[in-house]
Amino acid sequence: MSSTEAVAAQPHPDKKLEQVESVVIRFCGDSGDGMQLVGGLFTNVSAVFGNDVSTLPDFPAEIRAPVGTLAGVSGFQLHFSSHDIFTPGDEVDTLVAMNPAALKTNLGDLRRGGTLIVNEDEFDKGNLQKAGYATNPLESDEVISKYTIHRVPMTRLNRDAVAGLGLSQKEVDRSRNIFALGLVYWLYDRDSKPTVQFLNDKFKKKPDVLEANLRALRAGSNYGFSTEAFTTHYQVPRARLAPGTYRKIAGNEATAWGLVTAAKLAGKSLFYAGYPITPASDILHQLSNMKNFGVKTFQAEDEIAAMSAVCGAAFAGNIAVTASSGPGICLKGEAMGLGFMTELPMIIIDVQRGGPSTGLPTKTEQSDLLLAMFGRNGDSPLPILAASGPGDCFTLVQEAVRIAVEFMTPVIFLTDGYIANGAEPWRIPKFSDLAPISVVHPHGAASPGQFATEENGHASNGNGEGEPEFLPYKRNEKMARPWAIPGTPGLEHRIGGLEKADVTGNVDYSPHNHHKMVMNRCNKVAGIANYIPLQEVEGPPKGKLLVLSWGGTFGAVRTAVENCIAQGKSVAHAHLRYMNPFPRNLGEIVKNYEKVLIPELNTGQLRLLIRAKYLVDAQGHNKIQGKPFLVHELVRKIDETLEG
Amino acid sequence: MSTDAVKTSLPVLTAKDFASDQEIRWCPRCGDYSILAQMKKVLPTLGIPRENFVFVSGIGCSSRFPYYMNTYGFHGIHGRAPAIASGVKVSRPELQVWVITGDGDALSIGGNHLMHMLRRNMGLKVVLFNNRIYGLTKGQYSPTSPVGKITYSTPVGSIDNPLSPLCYAIGSEATFVARSVDVDIKHLTFVLERAAHHEGTAFVEVYQDCNIFNHEAFLYASDKTIKADHILYLEHGKPLVFGKDVKKGIRLNGMHPEIVEVGKGINEDDLLFHDEKASEPSLAFLLSRMRHPEFPEPMGIFRDVAAPIYDQRVTEQIDAEIKKKGPGDFDALYNSGDTWTVE
Ligand SMILES: Cc1ncc(C[n+]2csc(CCOP(=O)(O)OP(=O)(O)O)c2C)c(N)n1
Ligand code: SF4
Ligand SMILES: [Mg+2]
Repeated sequence: MSSTEAVAAQPHPDKKLEQVESVVIRFCGDSGDGMQLVGGLFTNVSAVFGNDVSTLPDFPAEIRAPVGTLAGVSGFQLHFSSHDIFTPGDEVDTLVAMNPAALKTNLGDLRRGGTLIVNEDEFDKGNLQKAGYATNPLESDEVISKYTIHRVPMTRLNRDAVAGLGLSQKEVDRSRNIFALGLVYWLYDRDSKPTVQFLNDKFKKKPDVLEANLRALRAGSNYGFSTEAFTTHYQVPRARLAPGTYRKIAGNEATAWGLVTAAKLAGKSLFYAGYPITPASDILHQLSNMKNFGVKTFQAEDEIAAMSAVCGAAFAGNIAVTASSGPGICLKGEAMGLGFMTELPMIIIDVQRGGPSTGLPTKTEQSDLLLAMFGRNGDSPLPILAASGPGDCFTLVQEAVRIAVEFMTPVIFLTDGYIANGAEPWRIPKFSDLAPISVVHPHGAASPGQFATEENGHASNGNGEGEPEFLPYKRNEKMARPWAIPGTPGLEHRIGGLEKADVTGNVDYSPHNHHKMVMNRCNKVAGIANYIPLQEVEGPPKGKLLVLSWGGTFGAVRTAVENCIAQGKSVAHAHLRYMNPFPRNLGEIVKNYEKVLIPELNTGQLRLLIRAKYLVDAQGHNKIQGKPFLVHELVRKIDETLEG
Repeated sequence: MSTDAVKTSLPVLTAKDFASDQEIRWCPRCGDYSILAQMKKVLPTLGIPRENFVFVSGIGCSSRFPYYMNTYGFHGIHGRAPAIASGVKVSRPELQVWVITGDGDALSIGGNHLMHMLRRNMGLKVVLFNNRIYGLTKGQYSPTSPVGKITYSTPVGSIDNPLSPLCYAIGSEATFVARSVDVDIKHLTFVLERAAHHEGTAFVEVYQDCNIFNHEAFLYASDKTIKADHILYLEHGKPLVFGKDVKKGIRLNGMHPEIVEVGKGINEDDLLFHDEKASEPSLAFLLSRMRHPEFPEPMGIFRDVAAPIYDQRVTEQIDAEIKKKGPGDFDALYNSGDTWTVE
């Protein structure tokens, strides 16, 4: 077989091929071991095969913590299934651990009876010590009795397979992860073709390294095929997803694509300003690589500058966007207030991470909701949307742009580290099927008969007499003011952060005007509720318990509630994507159930808002560990709440 | 388009066309009035339609400026005008964007943005109104106030070492650096005009009298009876001379400037000659370090060099990528990478 060919799945006469519905597999190792890469490759072959997939990458904040230490462990979890799934899975079925530190930090998540594959060669005294093991855990009775262990001498086997290519030991060992991948490909009967293709592309210019990786992949697979210890391998049939063409998409990628798409749908240019921060940087990277779509990206000197530049670009008539995470959003606060006061359309994306302060940079959390709601001086409500999953980022960020330009307001778009980095299958839309976004700029004096002031105002009186005058704060039926942009003759006007007179926009500090303008701005944002969809509920429209969730916890909560409904329990699920204003039927919905349970990855921020707004005694389920919810913990909480 | 349309599309503008209908709220005899008046004179000479001017400012007395101009204007937040203006300019390079800022606005709270705006060399025109005081907040010392300055926040004298805006600008790789005085009407007009014509970012410091909180801080540079001995007008290619009878000059002694009398065995050729086009900013920097009262303070264009312009480069990169990859195709984007079909 030539090395560029895929490893064909050969049947083995003595080995069973069993069908299973779904599998959760986790690769873990040192952050230099390439776990994210093999996780991504496994996801790809599974998605291309037709499984539903959901992933959870988990990496350390330090780029290179000391090798072999607990701090340096990097993991990638993948759930692939023959039916619809919404989460990366609670418990791990198969754990691949490349060293003792990885075993130590991950073994707790492996289910009883699960498969444990370890690189035995790394379990030497030094590494055991670094991981804090006094004795070799692979020899402990507890571990042996609980799991099916495969001690694979991966380092040695891989060196044998790759020998003779003239690569250094270091280069040779770098392909160990691919060996491990080959082994689990055999174990789950995966077709390695997309991976072979990927390796061919990646190492086009390094034929030796390519050959090493292809040999490693094959050696791993052959090991599973021929070693007696592996008696069975498994097949996860295709999922029955809705017809269409699919690809895998991660949240940040979907956000970036959604933004470029929205700008095109609005017929406008996209201006993106940002300052690098985990886990939002990928949006900047993605957009910077899309210059041929006309995207302008501006890596500013800090988040204050990025937000300020966004205000400038919005004034100039672009679809202006910035993204950051908690610490950066704090810095943006003052300029977001300016955007609110000047009533210009713009998008502020917060890819939430563990806080407060620098907190847990690479872990997920939902603790910026109140920051988004209230993190500015004065009465300054902003519309807030929260994506429910990676694919939803694409759709919902377009909705954010629509609201921004229709209502002339900054819009906050919340995602989180979990959906930003996590991937799922995404049904590819046709661009021509997407809803256009309408933007109207008033014309100036240069277009006779279309002078904005005809519908806008006249200086001396309201009767359409006197000199035509442009009125930058005259509102339409949605209470939006006109978006008149520089370069338009006759519409020269000044805006700024000072309070302005109703209609004319001139600086005005008079008491009643201020009261009116504050109310105008608040009412405008509140009124968006009349233009967004009603809240939907999954499950009975009335009953014992409503589980109310928002943002990236959708998958886990939906799965938990579906499980409970299947058991005949009186539970319903409402998942919010519109956080401010809330859908206008939400108040009614929460009163249709005896109890309301709000699970959140924070101390209860949505709960505070729901209690305050609707006077319901909502209860919380709050987890603040930098990790997403597990389905079974939610099921347990639902049961408790129903009984309690 | 008919030729008539072309002719009529650029009406001849006057200073009046640039005056807004807003009541000006500066204190009587504030130096800001004069700067406003000169700006209104300069803009009509540039041949740019009024609707293509944008004035962006921060917060301060000086930053009220955009309200008084009948152009597009954005009164921003304290210190952030350079960043707001960068957003305007990068997104719409065809606009002529002016940044109006104060010594506190630009150098204290906005110091970081100023540095980065300058080094990027966008086509922005910056006018820093230096009154060596915080005017709007009623008289605290600023980053340009001299040591010993008594203000409300420094009742026994400031101990902060001040900085020179021009040194800062030159250190930040500014490609056009100039200085003038609010009441020096002709000179200020000339400097603003030159700034307007510079293709990259132009930085102009204007000595501005705060009539209320720091009156006559620049008397030495503005009083016609004494200023000749305290300021020096820079002219490209000409020796550095000053003084009532233009008898004094600046000569280099090693790395240091010194004041010499012209005549008495020293002639003009011995003096330092100005070169605003020097590619290295050493001379400009040396000039920016000459401070009153030890030296006459130079006025005029310190530096005017050409360098790649950020907003143009942005557009060029986009054009190059379109040429290389073809214009963005959304369906191709969505379908890139591994895909699979479910029937
Ligand atoms: C974030 C913030 N901090 C402080 C202020 C208060 N403030 C307004 S103007 C100003 C100083 C202005 O001084 P300068 O920039 O020199 O302008 P001038 O009034 O002298 O023209 C300060 C501190 C503010 N508006 N915003
Ligand atoms: S306080 Fe000073 S700077 Fe401000 S307007 Fe009055 S005179 Fe001018
Ligand atoms: Mg000042």
